[in-house]
Amino acid sequence: MTRYRWYVDRSPFVSEFGKLQREMTRLWDQVYPQEASSEGTGVFPLVNIREDHDNYYVSAEIPGVDEKDLDITVASDSLTIKGERTIDIEAEVSYHRRERNAGKFSRVLTLNNRIDSDKVEASLKHGVLTVTIGKAEETKPKQITIKAS
Amino acid sequence: MKSKEMELKNKSESDIQSAAEITREGPVYTPRVDIWENEKELTLMADIPGVEPTGLEIDLRDNTLTIMGKVKPEEDHRYILKEFGVGNYYRQFTLSEVIDQEKIAANVKNGVLTLTLPKVERAKPRKIQIN
Repeated sequence: MTRYRWYVDRSPFVSEFGKLQREMTRLWDQVYPQEASSEGTGVFPLVNIREDHDNYYVSAEIPGVDEKDLDITVASDSLTIKGERTIDIEAEVSYHRRERNAGKFSRVLTLNNRIDSDKVEASLKHGVLTVTIGKAEETKPKQITIKAS
Repeated sequence: MKSKEMELKNKSESDIQSAAEITREGPVYTPRVDIWENEKELTLMADIPGVEPTGLEIDLRDNTLTIMGKVKPEEDHRYILKEFGVGNYYRQFTLSEVIDQEKIAANVKNGVLTLTLPKVERAKPRKIQIN
């Protein structure tokens, strides 16, 4: 009986501590969003996403990819970036370094809210892709005015 | 040839050990490069996404080639997902060949720099006429 009680007394402390730790990690991550090292998906390209009231802004670095080799599609709440990067291999030359890589890529991003597929714009500038995605009207927060009765 | 899947490589932050330090704040990245040569020239291709042609500085002196790409710093946004950082690019190479400085050609397209460095023409054998 005593033993049981000891156990019960201990456990709330342990779980409280765990909760505190989780909470601190969450707060820390909010203030300093992690770069992919820890939670990356391992899928090319890497993306940064930010949002405001009306839109999501997705950016990705895809140097050496032409507009025509890119395929961007949106569904109700997801964005797919597909493409292929080709690098010509020179014949009859000797390579000193080959660090750049090529190949096909495809990445799907799921967003928190439904999106308005008519309000999607993409631009490719100096190897950086930016996709602006409008949020669906029904998901935007609405201000409710209280009428005095 | 069947094309393979693109492999993910994170940007590597540069560990600058150059004589001149960078004064501007912020991360500096090492661009990934391909370098090859044939009898006539040396070619370098570097991935520098986000660098505008005007923000690129290429410098060659005393066999040291320096590539510096300036990226417009991003505004202070709050990201809901941040997987890559934005910053300048910097990398130095030591060239063993003598390069014809006058004929260096640089071209940037879709965030990829192509730099052609022609080798100095070797003295061609020529006959000397005696008048």
